[in-house]
Amino acid sequence: MSQGALNNVQKTEQRKLSKLALTLISVLIVAIIAACGGGESGSGNESTEITIDGSSTVFPISQAVAEEFRRDHPEVQIPVGISGTGGGFKRFVTGETDISDASRPIKESEAALAAKNGIEYTEITVAYDGLSIVLNRANDFVTCLTIDELKSIWEPNSSVSNWNQVRSSFPDKPLRLYGPDTDSGTFDYFTAEVNGEEDASRSDYTASSDDNVLVQGVSGDQGAMGYFGFAYYTENASLLNVLSVDGGAGCVEPSVQTINDGSYNPLSREMYIYVNNASLERPEVRDFIEFYLNNAGELAEEVGYVGLPQADYQAQIDALN
Amino acid sequence: MNKLDSTSNQRQKIHAVRVMRDRIFVVAFVLAVVVGIAGLAALLLDVLVDGLPFLDWHFMSSYASRKAEQSGILAPLAGTVWIVGMTALLTIPIGVGTAIYLEEFASKNRFNRLIELNIANLAGVPSVIYGLLGLAVFVQFLFNGSRNVTAGALTMTLLILPIVVIASQEAIKAVPSSYRDAAYAMGANRWQVVKAVVLPQALPGMMSGIILALSRAIGESAPILIISSLVWVTFVPTSPDSKFTVLPLQIFTWISQPQHEFRGIAAAGIIVLLVVLLSMNGVAIWIRSKYQSRPDQ
Repeated sequence: MSQGALNNVQKTEQRKLSKLALTLISVLIVAIIAACGGGESGSGNESTEITIDGSSTVFPISQAVAEEFRRDHPEVQIPVGISGTGGGFKRFVTGETDISDASRPIKESEAALAAKNGIEYTEITVAYDGLSIVLNRANDFVTCLTIDELKSIWEPNSSVSNWNQVRSSFPDKPLRLYGPDTDSGTFDYFTAEVNGEEDASRSDYTASSDDNVLVQGVSGDQGAMGYFGFAYYTENASLLNVLSVDGGAGCVEPSVQTINDGSYNPLSREMYIYVNNASLERPEVRDFIEFYLNNAGELAEEVGYVGLPQADYQAQIDALN
Repeated sequence: MNKLDSTSNQRQKIHAVRVMRDRIFVVAFVLAVVVGIAGLAALLLDVLVDGLPFLDWHFMSSYASRKAEQSGILAPLAGTVWIVGMTALLTIPIGVGTAIYLEEFASKNRFNRLIELNIANLAGVPSVIYGLLGLAVFVQFLFNGSRNVTAGALTMTLLILPIVVIASQEAIKAVPSSYRDAAYAMGANRWQVVKAVVLPQALPGMMSGIILALSRAIGESAPILIISSLVWVTFVPTSPDSKFTVLPLQIFTWISQPQHEFRGIAAAGIIVLLVVLLSMNGVAIWIRSKYQSRPDQ
């Protein structure tokens, strides 16, 4: 009798197990069938999709514009990616994406690939970003530095480690540096403008790909200096001092005004989107680009960047037609 | 007499040192536990304080937005459920099958040892490498440039398969060979032994390994950043061919935004991720206890 009970237990056990296996296998089959079927239905609604990929710096602007555009056109899907400027162009030059966000102009090598693949495109400038150099709130002796002084601090093999090495009138205080890591477009731009050569920088500074980490670093370190995009300064203006930069025409502090009119020079840079001309033939893409140019000024400022002068947007809209 | 005293004195000293040593180690181990748990508690508390105010039905049912207070987590949550579900469907049969073959059927020759060694090595490969592999093989070759859920799930399957295989192997090894011998003595063949004796016994251990591996798949952002790259999606994946994003990617994007409010939203996202993880662990524990509370043990 006890043997019978044991047998029964084992049998129900087996049944349970084979039921589990059966369910798993049937679900797998359903999934595979769905995968095959999905391939066909997926291509049907591609026409109402605008794909955007590229720079994570430009992403907030594109996201904001896409979000507003979808209020009036909910039938258009606009997924936005952050592969980075280079990664975005890699997809753009093969025709995979309609629009590429970029924090620098397209490189010759990338343009050559596009030409080889028969991709024609239009470059559109959508906003400015003012690279902001920030200091600790307790730093009351520095308000303005020249580009040459910045270069002496940041150039490769620089041995500056004290503020009095920057200018003899500065006090004897250790100088510690914070900046974006080498993958960042901000790093590329800063090194090109300050050190005179892209990617040439001293490497013994605290680097992070997360600008919020840099904000924390500078705000907690009295002798600190760091740099990042304008949006990160304006959001943390109460925690940081911003440095005015003398690019040859006197000290200028980064602000919406000075970045917009170009007087914050040379550290303000342009943000671009690149549109595939073949995609631009599609009405929803054309509508989107016009909407982008009509609203980028306002929306860019909402997410922390600086708009172009209104005439510049209008000129680009006129150029499209 | 005096001599005897001194030796007993010495013994007492040695004993005292031993007791001391014992206590020191107990204190050290308790400290180790406290450090770990306190760290975890601080982390959880921080996330809960930051995130709970943002966690409401609107957050669960809306898409991401440039405005933190209007942001929601629907698209990445659905994407994560799709990815984990499909990854589980692909990984469990392949992983468990591999483990059963290697442990129960394969002969222990040099070739099979080489296979096992390589599986162990694969478990240590950084996840970005799998992302690049998935981009080249699945997205560009298999799906002709379509960055869909299936490509993501296949990549995740490759990523966690070695962990599942190793964990399942260990679970199978833990089944006493006397059980197998008994079954063979009753006239069962290999498959019957595997099905009726080894699998039911090894299932709890396998489940732990599988759930741990899937938890890793949930938390990975690097391979998905390469496969999908999308962080603003305003639709829920409806088929294995849909585009998608996942929770860690969305959280990462929110944290790196300059606006402070996004940190609260990111914390709310982390809470959702934790709930998904914990409920998966719960299911695993439930399955384990269901199979362990058997009357014949």
